[in-house]
Amino acid sequence: MRLEPKPAPSLAVTLLYPVGAIIVTFLIASLLVLAAGASPFSVFYLVAKGAAGSQFALLETLTRATPLIFTGLAVAVAFRAKLWNIGAEAQLYIGGVVTVVLGTGALPLPSYLLIPIIMIAAMAAGALLLLGPAILKTRFGVDEVVTTLLLNFIVLLFVSMLLEGVLKDPTGLGWPQSSKVIAEAQLPRIIQGKRLHYGFVIAIVSAVICWVIMKKTVLGYEMRAVGNNKEAANFAGIPVNRVLIKTAILSGGIAALAGFSEVSGLKGNLTLDLSPGYGYSGIVVAMLAMLNPLGVIASAIFVAGIFVGADAMSRTAGVPSYIAQVMVATALLTMVTAILLTRYRVRWK
Amino acid sequence: MAASIGVEQGAPAQADIVLRLDGITKRFGPLVANNAISFTLRRGEVIALLGENGAGKTTLMNILFGHYVADEGTVEAFGKPLPPGDPRAALDAGIGMVHQHFTLAENMTVLENIALGTQSPWSLRLDRAAARRRIEKLSADFGLTVHPDATVATLSVGERQRVEILKALYRDARILILDEPTAVLTPAETDALFRTLKLLVAQGLSIIFISHKLNEVMAVSDCVLVLRSGTLAGERTTATTNRAELAALMVGQEVSSPPVSAPRTGPVVFELKNVSTARQGTTTRLDGLSLALRAGEITGLAGVSGNGQSALASLISGTLQPASGEMVIGGSAAGNWSPRAALASGIGRIPEDRHAVGTIGDMSITENVISERYATPRFSRHGFLDWKAARAFAEEIIRDYDVKAPSPEARIRLLSGGNMQKLILGRALDSEPAVILANQPTRGLDVGAVAFVHRRLLEARDRGAAILLISEDLEEILALSDRILVMSKGQLSSPSKRGERSIRELGELMAGHGEVNDAA
Amino acid sequence: MEQALEILFTASFWVAAIRIASPLIFATMGELICERAGVLNLGIEGIMTAGAFAGWFTVYSGGDLWTGVAVAALAGAMFGLLHATLTVPLGLSQHVVGIGVTLLATSLTYFTYRLALPQVTTPPKIEPFQPLPIPGLSKIPVLGEALFTQTPLTYLAFVTVAVVAWMLYRTPIGLAVRAAGENPSAVEAQGISVTGLRMGAVMVGSALMAVGGAFLTMSAFNSFFFEMINGRGWICIALVVFGSWRPGKALLGAILFAAFDAYQIRLQQISGGVVPYQVFLMMPYALSILALILVARRATYPKALMIPYQKGER
Repeated sequence: MRLEPKPAPSLAVTLLYPVGAIIVTFLIASLLVLAAGASPFSVFYLVAKGAAGSQFALLETLTRATPLIFTGLAVAVAFRAKLWNIGAEAQLYIGGVVTVVLGTGALPLPSYLLIPIIMIAAMAAGALLLLGPAILKTRFGVDEVVTTLLLNFIVLLFVSMLLEGVLKDPTGLGWPQSSKVIAEAQLPRIIQGKRLHYGFVIAIVSAVICWVIMKKTVLGYEMRAVGNNKEAANFAGIPVNRVLIKTAILSGGIAALAGFSEVSGLKGNLTLDLSPGYGYSGIVVAMLAMLNPLGVIASAIFVAGIFVGADAMSRTAGVPSYIAQVMVATALLTMVTAILLTRYRVRWK
Repeated sequence: MAASIGVEQGAPAQADIVLRLDGITKRFGPLVANNAISFTLRRGEVIALLGENGAGKTTLMNILFGHYVADEGTVEAFGKPLPPGDPRAALDAGIGMVHQHFTLAENMTVLENIALGTQSPWSLRLDRAAARRRIEKLSADFGLTVHPDATVATLSVGERQRVEILKALYRDARILILDEPTAVLTPAETDALFRTLKLLVAQGLSIIFISHKLNEVMAVSDCVLVLRSGTLAGERTTATTNRAELAALMVGQEVSSPPVSAPRTGPVVFELKNVSTARQGTTTRLDGLSLALRAGEITGLAGVSGNGQSALASLISGTLQPASGEMVIGGSAAGNWSPRAALASGIGRIPEDRHAVGTIGDMSITENVISERYATPRFSRHGFLDWKAARAFAEEIIRDYDVKAPSPEARIRLLSGGNMQKLILGRALDSEPAVILANQPTRGLDVGAVAFVHRRLLEARDRGAAILLISEDLEEILALSDRILVMSKGQLSSPSKRGERSIRELGELMAGHGEVNDAA
Repeated sequence: MEQALEILFTASFWVAAIRIASPLIFATMGELICERAGVLNLGIEGIMTAGAFAGWFTVYSGGDLWTGVAVAALAGAMFGLLHATLTVPLGLSQHVVGIGVTLLATSLTYFTYRLALPQVTTPPKIEPFQPLPIPGLSKIPVLGEALFTQTPLTYLAFVTVAVVAWMLYRTPIGLAVRAAGENPSAVEAQGISVTGLRMGAVMVGSALMAVGGAFLTMSAFNSFFFEMINGRGWICIALVVFGSWRPGKALLGAILFAAFDAYQIRLQQISGGVVPYQVFLMMPYALSILALILVARRATYPKALMIPYQKGER
């Protein structure tokens, strides 16, 4: 068996491959549903209904998609330059930490000043967190996959330490949680009385900015060149290491916004369950979007829909909600295979 | 087909045939790499497979050896058909192959490399003693001296080739295929290789010798097959042919060197003064090297690969920094050295490896042609790229350099080697650089593309560029260079003017014999 | 402070260290085999999770302990097959596929757990492997106690190291594995299929990772709970680099690491809460990063690691 490069298919055909990947994913999930003794059709119907069957469901899906857009973008820009940032989870938590450090009353400023300041500080902290592995990679050749993965564990313990120590809510009845952020540090809700908040809008704007960076700017060009062929990029005079460092700053900063948005827009305070693995799911979101920043919006909503829908479904159909995670992981693997097939032809001899 | 070639006498012709290829055709997309090729090989015979780079020699041998599967045609070894696409079957049938790029694991010893795959994979113990005895006997019999316990990483290129030949003999190969075996050898090592081949033939082995060098083909073979763009262009008995005839068959017409006018040599525009580089892995480093390039002149750098050419090329390209010494470009000393600095000081570069270094395969032609200059005002402002200008530039190069490409948006990976090289040439030459580094600029190209590259380099010379041409192909060096230097063990010979030294004298220098001049 | 030093001379400390090292030894050997053949297997974390569950669940459902180990190995090999299919013949990014396999193996395990035990709140227990003192040897003070009063699965871990080392350096197939990670064309030129070899290596390696996971549920503890692998897989990847891809050195690294881990647990007990316990818990991860930095400069990676191979390509 061998792979031969083939000309890029038309846009319509290119879009067919991801659809095929999703179909295969659903077929595989059907087997699990059958194993659970339920009917795939009714289960997927319940998932779809739970994700988009009502205004409440739809808003809940968009709310859940918000952090996924941020982490998906963080992964998408990093992977473009082949900087394997698997540490979005840690960067998210650091963003959350900065938000409660600055947002619980330390800075008595009006909203229009406080929120931008918190955002910038959170991004700086996230960027700094990824800068370490990036420098270890460029300077010493230490694989960033392992370092960012290990940092996820370290940062989570660090957050746990803060929540039982300096950031502990004195009125929290001993629970490891921070105080609530002040009203000025809160992102307003888009619709009164619903959970969807302006973090979603910031996420969309971030995606557009990332798209512009990747398509239109020198930095985006450099990132793509470095990601595609480091040696050729270096030969052409592209400062490879500097580009990787810039990529790390961008990626870490965006991931930290996920933590900011969750604390400031949704939860109000920092807890150890701020993220049910949004950092890892971001990898799937990015790959499903074929690393396209605008595609990230769609794929984040899709992935969020599966999570939200599966939660609703498991309450009624009795199929464990972990089916959502299985589907998301399967989608990742089928998707990378599909992307390969858009570029290469498999010959069996 | 080879009925007219009588090497062995007496025995019936059929019984002597050890290998028969019949109608082998192989296509890669639109490219026909091999077109209905048939020939036979007899016991004790040396067939030379002659052809330009890209004529399809290596593809044919890869089919024979089972790396590729032919689209049409059959291979028969010792009277039995050879199953396609199965290297194991080829090995078992007694076919051994010495690849152009050695297939050795550097982290293992000679013995381990030779024994690899020769003992049952399910055996719980590797029988080293038996392997050692056999290797030592073969080494002694055929003059292939090499220590069985040496780690391959520590061996010289010549020694590695001996290991490759031992690998084949160890498996009782009766047919030995050598793919461009002399490309990496010094003339003395080449002579030793030829002596070994004579011993092997005397033992009844048959040899296919792949080469694009006429003199070697004449020296070593009984019969010559000439391949040209994938088809068998001719078949000659070595004893009754001559170099001119073979050369004509190879390129399809009488070979004529490109017309070269007398150079209008200008001042020195690029100079290395006593430059040394740091050691990088196993590549030869430069140690106190001096070199001056003059405007309007092509300086040819001949030499066996691995003698410091890659360090010199990296240095001039900017990917390697000098550890000591001085680099003077256009009269001023170079400061912080990098690829970008090299470009800024007016050096145009054609890298040796166009796939790994010269282009970014999954990016478009447009994105590739601007890669050296995207940060200039022509293509970007305030951090934003001007895609319109970039596309126009790509179209300009496609037109001016006669590139066959579907559109400027096509991924460069999809282009043929020749078209890729034309784009690289366009990218490097378009800004009319004062200094041009051309490192193996025609390797693997078809005849037309080679002529195109040569013509463009000569044009650049005539407009006043100083050109350093690095090539392993001595004939290319002789055809283009106004001045020739030979590199050996990281050192440069004294320069010679066009026609001043014979091929033989250059060969001596390539082998590291003869004087060394620091102030080349 | 004296207390802190005394710990090092107690047998119970070393018994714990060897116990902590055992799952790491299995998984590190598994990863080492994969990487020696040229494939980085980031599925390790998920494969360990799957192995932990598969072994435990087999015993919980009435199988005997060794059947549990075999089932765990088989589950690991299956995920290895998935990883290898995508990364070897298809040549997909080993980073992305590895993460995908980890996510898939983990979520599939949790799904199966919930499906099999829908109602439980506290995970059910099994009768795990019991310590099996080796007569005579276990009587040697400290060292003997540490090494020879362990469970059979720990002894198996040490045997595995010896087998892997012998396999890599003393058998024909080991030669081929090492060559495949260095220069796959050398393997193909000698008539061996690189694809087959690499896929086999990834499957065997993944089986070992799964046994490493199973050690946790069947020897160290006696039940399965979520997130019990807790980064051990990633640590093993660091250990392979730290051990320069050599089984002996990797074993040493695993024991050193485990000793440190056992030590920090004890330090935590005697520190009396002055230092937050999280700081101690961070140490294994921080230590892994430190180890990577220390060896990075002189690490000689298998040259073909992470580089996909296509037949006929040079």
